[in-house]
Amino acid sequence: MTRVVSASRNLRARTGTTGLVYVALVIVLVVSALFVAFQGGSLFTAANTVDLFTRSSLLGFLAIGQTLVILCRSLDLSVGYVAALSTMVAAITMAGDPSRIVLGVGVTLGLAALIGLVNGLVITKLRVNPFITTLGMGLIIKGYLDTRFQGPAGSIPAEFQMFGLSRVGVLPVSTLVMLALAVAVILFLRRSRTGFHMYAVGGDAEVARLSGIRPELPVITAHVLCSMTAGAAGLLLASRFGTGNSLVYNNGYELEAIAAVVLGGTYLLGGRGGVAGTVAGVFILATLDTVFNTLSVDPFVKDVLRGAIVIATVAIYARGQHTRAAVRLRFPSGGAPPSATGPPDPPTPPPPEPETAAQGGTR
Amino acid sequence: MSALRGGTGTVTVLLVLIFVVIATQNPSFFEGPPLMAFAKKAAPLVVLAIGQYLVIVSGEFDLSVGSLVGAQVVIAARLIDGDQAMTYPVIGLMLLFGLLVGLVNGLVTTLLKVPSIITTLGTMLILFGAVRYWTGGAPTGALSEDFRVFGRHGPDGVPVIGQLPWALVIAVVLTVGAILLMRSPYGRSLMATGDNDTAAAFSGVRVWRVRTLAFVGSSLMATVAAILIGGFAGVTAQVGEGLEFTAITAVVLGGVVLGGGRGTVVAAVLGALTVEALFTLFNQLYLPSTIQPTAQGLIIIAAVAYASRRGDLRLPERLRRRPDHPNERQLDSSRR
Repeated sequence: MTRVVSASRNLRARTGTTGLVYVALVIVLVVSALFVAFQGGSLFTAANTVDLFTRSSLLGFLAIGQTLVILCRSLDLSVGYVAALSTMVAAITMAGDPSRIVLGVGVTLGLAALIGLVNGLVITKLRVNPFITTLGMGLIIKGYLDTRFQGPAGSIPAEFQMFGLSRVGVLPVSTLVMLALAVAVILFLRRSRTGFHMYAVGGDAEVARLSGIRPELPVITAHVLCSMTAGAAGLLLASRFGTGNSLVYNNGYELEAIAAVVLGGTYLLGGRGGVAGTVAGVFILATLDTVFNTLSVDPFVKDVLRGAIVIATVAIYARGQHTRAAVRLRFPSGGAPPSATGPPDPPTPPPPEPETAAQGGTR
Repeated sequence: MSALRGGTGTVTVLLVLIFVVIATQNPSFFEGPPLMAFAKKAAPLVVLAIGQYLVIVSGEFDLSVGSLVGAQVVIAARLIDGDQAMTYPVIGLMLLFGLLVGLVNGLVTTLLKVPSIITTLGTMLILFGAVRYWTGGAPTGALSEDFRVFGRHGPDGVPVIGQLPWALVIAVVLTVGAILLMRSPYGRSLMATGDNDTAAAFSGVRVWRVRTLAFVGSSLMATVAAILIGGFAGVTAQVGEGLEFTAITAVVLGGVVLGGGRGTVVAAVLGALTVEALFTLFNQLYLPSTIQPTAQGLIIIAAVAYASRRGDLRLPERLRRRPDHPNERQLDSSRR
């Protein structure tokens, strides 16, 4: 009963925000097209469109996984390192031999899943903050990569390079795979039990637990899936480079993925949002990159603009998102259970008793 | 006593342990000059950790400090350009710039309700890009000798320790200042805000102002750290890279809870010293520098796991401790 109610509420909040994100995407596209046209170019040439889709595929994989983790009120800062490790593992396992492609993909995704499992277990069982866990995991992988490899290693057979390079019309195969994955994850979130539980745990782990959900399970699942999408991103990178390259962790993918998720309207404190919005967020970032590229903006100015645009967009969402109705969905204070005793809806001071009782509870 | 039961105890034990191992490897480490060299090296991180502590304890996050340190060092080099007379005006300008960055971070987070992880991530990108665009990719200019005094030198001829580094003096003064600040009404409000901003708002705390000031504090501390690092290490394009995560690691290692409301300045400072001692130990053990991140990662996870073993046994509570809190919505109602 509770689940149905909260699920329907989630759905409403989700579609509302997702709609806003797609409106933002259209606005960004139109403004960009006008801007490029004004500069005497055209945004929607075949080359630019291909470029836009190609950019979106890599970030898409990372951001879809990150969405799951953030929905569970967790975070994964290790995805860039997992992707870097995956390029290495894939390239070395395949070793240029087409018959080892399946093995290479399997080993890479398996290892990524294992890393996600460790992340999830450390977060839930050892109760280490997700930020620290995944930052630590990233550092561990970085140390391993830097010590073990001095440069590119391994080789990707030409057949597998097709995954990164070939395309159908203007749509790169990798983008199609990414979109298919997005659809699969949307179905997973809306139809499967674990998907519902992710929203529940992200919304309020304590309430979820009292409703009979084991809060560990969705969190661990989300981390495993997130690492696996990072592994898939690594496979894509490897297929584009044709070799394993450990230095891709320098590209700051994890922060970009988080930015895409937040741009997509998923709530950083968990429980609200979805993959559909994330895909739009990814396309917004990819559009910006393509526009900067078309106008050959200085790469450093690009960083400045990207930072400013991400802040501005999130600020605009924040105005729409945090209406009273949205606040009622969840109590706001992330740290403290006091509000769980009763959402402090009216702007009058709450009675002192629950306050002190809850104070005792946090200690 | 109660302080020792929390994170402070863990970090103290860890620090002593690392110092003991360092001493067995290198018995002369505690003989004044080497210890002062360590202090000189650790001072910037201590200062950064104090700044990050202010923000984290208020329930927010500052990812922009690494970029800000880099930006400030580059600004100093470019504007001073080896001219002694420019030293103090430029330091003043740097402090103003730090103040501005902190204000922007704080106001965007509190008034525009952007989650601080996104705000400071944005400022990080903006500072990184803007400074490189301004200098054309590589830092130009040079620091003056007067500027470098703070990070490198200090009064000579002090008994036992030889030279008393200015960096140590600055770090100690700022630590004491921060301890006093946390005991002042402002500090209490900051702590209350981090613990539960709704309750704090109901008790009359102007949450947005308290948090904005914390961001300003963090940016000013990053500026001081930039002066120390610039003096100590000089100007490179990589200055400040990854410092935000090292600072957060230091603070969390000290048992300060991400999400706010728990932890002390002393713990954060001890955390910074521990991280720096760890780096020193790695050097002494002749570990390849590339393996250091791995050890660092293992140790922070282990330390935080150990710290969270004690204390509350309710699992969901931990899951709920999320780093960033765009949690000012409730204030709309209380502010009319």
